[in-house]
Amino acid sequence: MATTFAEAAEDTTVLSHAARIEHVSKSFRGPAGSQLVLDDISLDVAPGEFVTILGASGCGKSTLLNLVAGLDRPTTGSIETPGGRPALMFQEHALFPWLTAGRNIELALRLRGVPRAGRREEAERLLELVRLGGAHGKRVHELSGGMRQRVAMARALAQDSDLLLMDEPFAALDAITRDVLHDELTRIWRETNVSVLFVTHNVREAVRLAQRVVLLSSRPGRVAREWAVDIPQPRRIEDAAVADLSVEITERLRGEIRRHGQQ
Amino acid sequence: MASSEARAGVTKAGGSPAGPDDLAGVEAGLDALDAVEVRRTPLREVLLKKAVPPLVAVALVLAVWQLLVSARVTTEDKLPAPSAVWAGLSDMWLQGTLFDVIWTSVSRGLFGFLLALAIGTPLGLLVARVGFVRAAIGPILSGLQSLPSVAWVPPAVIWLGLNDSMMYAVILLGAVPSIANGLVSGVTQVPPLFLRAGRTLGATGLRGTWHIVMPAALPGYLGGLKQGWAFSWRSLMAAEIIASSPDLGLGLGQLLENGRNNIDMPGVFLAIVLILVVGIAVDLLVFSPLERRVLRSRGLLAGS
Repeated sequence: MATTFAEAAEDTTVLSHAARIEHVSKSFRGPAGSQLVLDDISLDVAPGEFVTILGASGCGKSTLLNLVAGLDRPTTGSIETPGGRPALMFQEHALFPWLTAGRNIELALRLRGVPRAGRREEAERLLELVRLGGAHGKRVHELSGGMRQRVAMARALAQDSDLLLMDEPFAALDAITRDVLHDELTRIWRETNVSVLFVTHNVREAVRLAQRVVLLSSRPGRVAREWAVDIPQPRRIEDAAVADLSVEITERLRGEIRRHGQQ
Repeated sequence: MASSEARAGVTKAGGSPAGPDDLAGVEAGLDALDAVEVRRTPLREVLLKKAVPPLVAVALVLAVWQLLVSARVTTEDKLPAPSAVWAGLSDMWLQGTLFDVIWTSVSRGLFGFLLALAIGTPLGLLVARVGFVRAAIGPILSGLQSLPSVAWVPPAVIWLGLNDSMMYAVILLGAVPSIANGLVSGVTQVPPLFLRAGRTLGATGLRGTWHIVMPAALPGYLGGLKQGWAFSWRSLMAAEIIASSPDLGLGLGQLLENGRNNIDMPGVFLAIVLILVVGIAVDLLVFSPLERRVLRSRGLLAGS
């Protein structure tokens, strides 16, 4: 894999991209021989850009995020993340239950190399950012689902990475909470200027959040089409413009899915 | 009418009628509605629910025991009266030997357990984390748990003689596999999500073991420690009963063996009761609170 963190430190001043995915393919050895999951994916995420990857099951969205996160290697092609190791948020909050909310964030800071003296203060600042000011001492099981995802967001931001990868982070939340977290994510994205690569199977969510929506086809995952979303932020998921584009994208998505029924 | 006005408001504000302060308000409301309330049961209720039933059970056992003695089911030298055992206990108390005897065994047991802890922990970690070691000795380690530790007494006596080191050897052979196995199963049950989350945060290698694997495996590890203590205590009693020698000092095992030699049935009963009480007490005073604390802090305890 072409990601080298040491190289990254040299040219942090001028970054042309937060992530560059070039001709990436990935196959897994399955019971029926080698199975191609991602086929020749090329995708750039500009600094500060918000990109959503959309697709039905089997499009390899999570595989792609794992590759960008450096948790797995592509079979062919290369991935660069010049800003260093990307932060990753999962569908499950993945907070460590043996630590309090604040300590979870402090662990991320510690692993990043922040000296002990500054950790507590920085953790408080990040909790304030996700509007959980008083939650430092709370145990994970004492928090609601939405609060857990916000702590998880704060922990991801504690990595101080240029790129935040999000793997369906709101899929398990109720609709009201999800809606509020969309607003929060948009606000935080604009405040921190972090680049976001957000994976989802929810078309409205993709349009609500992103500047660019990338549709993947399934089995194997290929880039089927891209849409630039120039609806001004802040948006609402109920907005007519969001709905219109969602209809268009859903049509295309259904077309992709239909192909599998015909084979 | 009202809805069209709201609609107009939406478009005018560039898509969102909710300002930043409003969002904060909604969020605070959601947090308040969804917050999980954690209630600790009051002490009185705990005592009533946890302490009373076992006390009733003990009282029942004593009552049945006394009934059998009163009904003369068998002779006094086979089934002594509870009062005879009590008399033996107060004798030992008055002579001042009671705590010496208990301490002789408990100190051996605890020291042996700590040794087993120091050996079993790195061993368990090695088996859990290194594939080759796991394949090589994993099955042997879990198989050793089913070997009664009393089987180790004869070879230990031959290797080391009748002394304290022999006792520690038997304790180690009994307890190390339990502790190591507890840790292995604890590590095996660590959710892969935690490992992935740890890796994205930069916790790999030894840092991953220290910050993620060990704390995540703690509940399983504590279970292993608990069982390790039970095995330590059992092994020690086996060793003390079989290998009694005047040089070794009087422990609970020897007390039992002396009772048999002197055909002193109240003494035998007293020794058995003391062995049982010490085993339960250590578990109740050390391991159970530790386990409860860990589980409660993770929200894994029912009723927390």
